[in-house]
Amino acid sequence: MTETVDSPPSAPEETPPKSWQPGWLVRATGVGASLGKTLLMPALALLAALIFGAFIIALTDLDALALLDDEPLGALRQMAEGVSVAYKALFVGAFGSIYGLSETLFAATPLILAGVAVALGFRAGMFNIGANGQMLIGGMAAMWVGLHVTLPSVLHIPLALVAAVLGGAAWAGIAGLLKARTGAHEVITTIMLNFIAFFLVEFLLRIPVFQEPGRNNPVSEKLPPSAQFPEIFGSDYRVTIGLLIAIAAVVFVNWLLFRSSLGFEFRAVGFNPDASRYAGMNVVWLYLGVMSISGGLAGVAGANQVMGLPPYQATPVFAGTIGFDAIALALLGRSHPVGVLWAGLLLGALKAGGRAMQAAAQIPLDLVVVMQALIIVFIAAPELVRVIFRVKPMEKEPTRLTRGWGG
Amino acid sequence: MTATASSAAQVRVRATAEERRAAFVGLILIGLAAFVFWAFGLNVNGDLEATFRLALPTDRYTDIDWVVNTRTLAFVVAGIVGFLGGMQLRRSNVKRTNVMLAVGLVFFALAFLAWAAAGKSFSLVGMLRSTVILSVPVTLGALTGLMCERVAIINIGIEGQLLASAFAATVLGSAFGLWAGVFGAVVVGALLGAFLAWLTIRFRIDQIIAGVVINIFALGLTSFLATRVLAQAQDLNAAPQFASIRIPILADIPLLGPIFFNHNFFIYATFLLVVILHVGFFYTRWGLRSRSVGEHPRAADTVGINVFRTRYRNVILGGLIAGFGGAFLSLTQVSRFEENMTAGVGFIGLAAMIFGRWMPFGALAAGLVFGFARALQQKLGILATPIPSEFLLMTPYLVTLIVVAGLAGRAIPPAADGQPYTKE
Repeated sequence: MTETVDSPPSAPEETPPKSWQPGWLVRATGVGASLGKTLLMPALALLAALIFGAFIIALTDLDALALLDDEPLGALRQMAEGVSVAYKALFVGAFGSIYGLSETLFAATPLILAGVAVALGFRAGMFNIGANGQMLIGGMAAMWVGLHVTLPSVLHIPLALVAAVLGGAAWAGIAGLLKARTGAHEVITTIMLNFIAFFLVEFLLRIPVFQEPGRNNPVSEKLPPSAQFPEIFGSDYRVTIGLLIAIAAVVFVNWLLFRSSLGFEFRAVGFNPDASRYAGMNVVWLYLGVMSISGGLAGVAGANQVMGLPPYQATPVFAGTIGFDAIALALLGRSHPVGVLWAGLLLGALKAGGRAMQAAAQIPLDLVVVMQALIIVFIAAPELVRVIFRVKPMEKEPTRLTRGWGG
Repeated sequence: MTATASSAAQVRVRATAEERRAAFVGLILIGLAAFVFWAFGLNVNGDLEATFRLALPTDRYTDIDWVVNTRTLAFVVAGIVGFLGGMQLRRSNVKRTNVMLAVGLVFFALAFLAWAAAGKSFSLVGMLRSTVILSVPVTLGALTGLMCERVAIINIGIEGQLLASAFAATVLGSAFGLWAGVFGAVVVGALLGAFLAWLTIRFRIDQIIAGVVINIFALGLTSFLATRVLAQAQDLNAAPQFASIRIPILADIPLLGPIFFNHNFFIYATFLLVVILHVGFFYTRWGLRSRSVGEHPRAADTVGINVFRTRYRNVILGGLIAGFGGAFLSLTQVSRFEENMTAGVGFIGLAAMIFGRWMPFGALAAGLVFGFARALQQKLGILATPIPSEFLLMTPYLVTLIVVAGLAGRAIPPAADGQPYTKE
């Protein structure tokens, strides 16, 4: 094992001594590099993704393509126009108005929650692709409390959130336990648990405990007002206390990772499981622990998807693609809770803008998914960005999580 | 790795773990026997009979049905499975654990089917035929993973390769015909394989992240194109289908004929590919070199094998196989491309690769197990059992989970699996 020394995602780094750095930012983000350097890579990654996205929009414009033979210049102009209309809608939808900004915050809320969940796993060397399944189970647990317990709002919402944490933690705990006991790789187990959770939720939504009376399709009853997240900025904007919960989750994970001894052990296991074992840490139970906490956070993201937006009902797809967006988010935020917060706002803007783009220019929202894939590539391979944009080399090593199948 | 003394101790520890597993499997079998005795035997009306049809209506010999009393069969199966479990428990039979488990599970499945089909008629041959068909994408996925992991590149992106090549096969197949569809799918699979190799070898991206990127990218792009392009151009989403090729004489064998010898060309090609890869990996220079790169790249490099070139070549060849699997999905099973139509089959293939212990024939056997799980789920849906359909749909994923959780024992991957290589 001497020839390849794996470095974990954003291992605690030495700060370069002489460069200018705002102390609070370094402390807050733990990135340890100067502000410009910290923001350069994500900015370039986003730029590259937007450029690529523009090409995709232009090359799938069927009307313009049909024109290409007779009138090549006109076709190109039409393509450019299509791209500019789409991107204008994207930016206006995300930042152009107070409502746009509120939509960005609204879209960012579950992303931040799921993102810190995945980032926490990354720190301990666990690749949790199962945030979607954990969201589904956590959301259904919250749903159950919401529908079958009668309490005033002040108690009802916290109780539902506790249920969501427990549901998500238990579901992720299966993967953690399997990894700890049998070495089964979490990438496969969490993906399988996603599918199982999906069918389980579909089943649950067809039985009387959850299903809305008189329905044939899997849809739950509507949550009572006491279990709905109140809006922060009035009923015109969809931002709810879910955003505050997401920020609280960021603070919590930040404390857990960098201020608690458990977090130190998590990071140690992620950095080098063999050394951690040698140092007397119980690696097996640490895997289980980090997976459960990660799943609990994802469960809260799931609760947000049923309690935090109209119609306050659950369907089998209420988790959407958030569990996968969270992977991009965690990488973009360098597996740091505060980084994830900013990355969540950025991807939230992309999503809110993407919805506006879908409405204004009929560009399917899936384009945002493609952009996310590209952002991950560029963040995970800084050298690629270097080659494309010819910027100065940076000392950052590529992110590395893989330790084979053996665990 | 470490000193010999500690490795000797490790061997002993592993042996006791194997013994524990053997005893555990014994307990599981006894539990299954008790369950069969109670649920499919005592709990069932003693007069009910299940009819298993052993021939398709189109076969040459059609009058071969097997009629059996459900309760009697359950008691017999409970006896056999219980006996196997007892043997396993008493002798802690380490070597034959997996065989015992497999035999026990087959008998369990038989009793289960007899219970599900009690008082009805069930086409056993139809289910086994579906097993073979449904095993193909899983086997091809497993072979893709095997090609990559034998040279120490973990390929999590098989799912994305299958999806993207299924899309290419649909579009090109609709526009230019069957073989153009196959060609396009194989090219797309190979391109994504090259992309994976490029990211992981040239840029040393984490292999799992690179695979996840391919999955997200393929899902996003195909969904985007399906909504933006295929929705407008419907004629690009109506691919032709490969017809079955009936092998003379062999197809007339009762039971075996319809199960194995009356399929489209993908199924024969998959069987052939398994044989080719087995011979290739274990009896040719290419195979020896590939395996050495996967086990000990430094040593391989020292004797003059180009590690990087070997890895590129195998990962791209793996992509070809995945592309072939994608073509199978959209040119034989359904004619329309649907968003995320692979539904996890690439990941199941990865599990099949592990279950099959990184061996081509193992991949085929594991593929058949998963194919059986999926066929069971489809055919039970027709029988209208009291089991909710959602739980039947879960079955393949549940089986995968149980398999990777090590019910089949710990398998040992290639030694350098997942580690990037740096030339000194």
